[in-house]
Amino acid sequence: MINNIFAWLTDGAHWQGYDGIPRRLLEHLAYSFTALLIAALIAIPLGLYIGHTGRGRFLVVNAVGAARAIPSLGLLFLAFFWLGPRLSGDIAFLAPAGLVLVVLAIPPILSGAYAGVEGVDPDARDAAKGMGMRGSQVLRHVEFPCALPLIMSGVRSGMLQVIATATIAAVLGLGGLGRFLIDGLATQDFSQTASGAILVAVLALVVDLALALVQRSVVSRGLTGRYRPVETFNPDAGATPSAPALQQNA
Amino acid sequence: MTWLRDHFGEVLSLTVQHIYLAGVPLILGLLIALPLGWLARRYRGLYPVLIIGTGLLYTIPSLALFIMLPVLLGTHVLDRTNVLIAMTIYTVALLVRTVADGLGAVPDAVNQSATAMGYKRGRRFVSVELPLAVPVISAGLRVAAVSNVSIVSVAALIGVQQLGSLFTDGFSRAFVEPILVGVVACVLLALLFDGVILGVTFLATPWLRAGKASG
Amino acid sequence: MIRFDAVSKHYPGGTKAVDELTFEAPAGQITVLVGPSGCGKTTSLRMINRMIEPTGGRIWIDDQDTSTMDETELRRGIGYVIQHAGLFPHRTIVANIATVPRLLGWDKCKAETRALELLERVGLPAGFAKRYPAQLSGGEQQRVGVARALAADPPVMLMDEPFSAVDPVVREQLQDEFLRLQGDLGKTIVFVTHDIDEAIKLGDRVAVLRAGGHLAQLAEPAYLLAHPVDDFVADFVGKDRGYRALSFQASPHFSLTQEQTVPLGATPAQAADAARDGWILVADASRRPLGWIEPDRITALIQPEMLARGGTVATVGGPLRNVLDAALSSPSRRGVIVDERGAVLGTIRAHEVLAEIEERARPELHDEDSQPAEEAQPAEEAPPAEAAPPAEEAPA
Repeated sequence: MINNIFAWLTDGAHWQGYDGIPRRLLEHLAYSFTALLIAALIAIPLGLYIGHTGRGRFLVVNAVGAARAIPSLGLLFLAFFWLGPRLSGDIAFLAPAGLVLVVLAIPPILSGAYAGVEGVDPDARDAAKGMGMRGSQVLRHVEFPCALPLIMSGVRSGMLQVIATATIAAVLGLGGLGRFLIDGLATQDFSQTASGAILVAVLALVVDLALALVQRSVVSRGLTGRYRPVETFNPDAGATPSAPALQQNA
Repeated sequence: MTWLRDHFGEVLSLTVQHIYLAGVPLILGLLIALPLGWLARRYRGLYPVLIIGTGLLYTIPSLALFIMLPVLLGTHVLDRTNVLIAMTIYTVALLVRTVADGLGAVPDAVNQSATAMGYKRGRRFVSVELPLAVPVISAGLRVAAVSNVSIVSVAALIGVQQLGSLFTDGFSRAFVEPILVGVVACVLLALLFDGVILGVTFLATPWLRAGKASG
Repeated sequence: MIRFDAVSKHYPGGTKAVDELTFEAPAGQITVLVGPSGCGKTTSLRMINRMIEPTGGRIWIDDQDTSTMDETELRRGIGYVIQHAGLFPHRTIVANIATVPRLLGWDKCKAETRALELLERVGLPAGFAKRYPAQLSGGEQQRVGVARALAADPPVMLMDEPFSAVDPVVREQLQDEFLRLQGDLGKTIVFVTHDIDEAIKLGDRVAVLRAGGHLAQLAEPAYLLAHPVDDFVADFVGKDRGYRALSFQASPHFSLTQEQTVPLGATPAQAADAARDGWILVADASRRPLGWIEPDRITALIQPEMLARGGTVATVGGPLRNVLDAALSSPSRRGVIVDERGAVLGTIRAHEVLAEIEERARPELHDEDSQPAEEAQPAEEAPPAEAAPPAEEAPA
């Protein structure tokens, strides 16, 4: 079995053309990044707003839980039945799939943004306001940077969700690496299916790694604690007195 | 909803399958994650290794894992066992970190006084640390349960019979009712799992209840 | 100068956090708001920079009504220091300090230079500039908090229990350095604390607040100690008022008893020769005191380990409290007084100090505070010319 897979993956024919690995890979990346971007553009500002003002907490907490319970496959089909008939051509399956990809990516990002802002040190917020920062400045200069670790973690979660759902969406006729899995299953060509599975798994891992590197470069080191440990200078430790028997009253 | 009335028995049996495929991994996964989480705390160096390792596993999309496992394990692709193992892997991946964090949330003072009273490590784990870690672990378990119910449905694509089969059937026959029924059933099932775990947690933490009652 | 004019803060549920508070915080001085929990001191402070809006009355800063100013502009002109510093964890120390200058539009270079200046001023090494708050201890973070508040050189500073979150040793150092800084800068400061000792040590004027935001008494620390206006204030100020009041009185020119000293390494015989009443003071080459010793009890040459510890030393001209303590704590019952360089001038005995104290006048009772209570003593006769007036500075 492994040999068959290896043979399939190394077969030159599978690397060219309309149905080739590079094309499918790029399609998959395109769907995933587009959906993630749209989801982030909606969810990050919304999460920041909810975290900053405290309004709509109920919405966030429950939306995330609810979204996790909805089966992505079922949602894809429902979206298809709802939108498909109203549209024609390629959009008929691209739109429902795209919609579902975005909808499923929003909750983890929303949750991350909200939790991130909520977790900002209230003293830092108070000091920022007391120093004369307006609300928007507090958000931009203090809350957003401090929320970044959790925002990034939500984005990574969302990305995984999107890549996985895009794989399944091949059932609707979408391109991407999922095509290999679905087509292989349909034709009982298990080497194709398994190869597709491996490609998707590798893609997911590589993209997650890339996002992890982005996270590392974007999040302030003061928050993650990744600085060289240095000896603390302690001006508060008094100098050792030279006359131990008699103590000066300062 | 005539469709539901006509196919109620079928839906019920699919639900039972689904409960099996989502629920058994929960229990297995928890049983595996507990010692792993404990190890991660006990040996500091192991924590990042385990977290990253399980993180990697969780990154793999479900369908891909369902398909790769038979290759690795030599089982037949359409065997239900693949799904069980894959779901267990996902559950473990989610729970190891939760267990480690839950055990870490037990106040140091409690651990130390337990040791000072003469508890040996193993007994302390079972009698002191684990009960106190229950709230955190239970929260993680609820997330895992809900995820599992949702992910299992994807296995319909490899022909494993459970609620997800209602999706594929409905799609191939252009019927929307089975799909709707399937989605609702999944959500209800997820709520059920969530409720059961909440209930068990409630029963297992009488000290938290007592606080609220007298407060 | 900050003026509170019948300022109130009432909450919708009926709670009155502050009730018609009226007082003045003079320019260039430290006014301390002190009182038990719930007395409205923090609320009052936060109404100055409008973090909390008053429900009644007005607050004036240098004849400008704060309610007519844009609140953000107002805050950029006021330094604000809070209990846990509230540093921005994601920014370096230098970036933290430079926050308000940058908000005001200073260019980066100028702001950073100013920040480094202030870093030095609060006693931290330049190497801290690029570090992050998480790398600093609580005391260090608090210093950065003060530096940050001073960055744009605001005339007014508000400080809300800034030294409460650190341990007592660090707290004392921070307080001393703060006084030194204020000596250089002369800002108008309103300082909130729950610790009456801190209030007395740091304040030029102390306002004691009662629960519900009422002003019980506003006075200079020495006056507060001598004439608490009612039982609440007397209780709050606490015990040992007599001793604590001595910290505000400078010692006059005492006639000190000459004291002979012997150096380390002297023989018991030499020590016994010079000893008086069984004790001899050991000093170094510059006549700095090292400790007392009883010659009768030693058999070898005098070594540091043989010296009796436990005596404090008072500097000439310092507070009376230190002089009294030197006499009381000395093993030989002779309090050592040194000059500014630390060399022994002579010794004094407790009864001599007490005689001086009894001659002194207590702070005069203000007319408006006169009342038929046991606490209020009629003012003593006009004090002799050389007695020092009640000093306001804390023991230097």
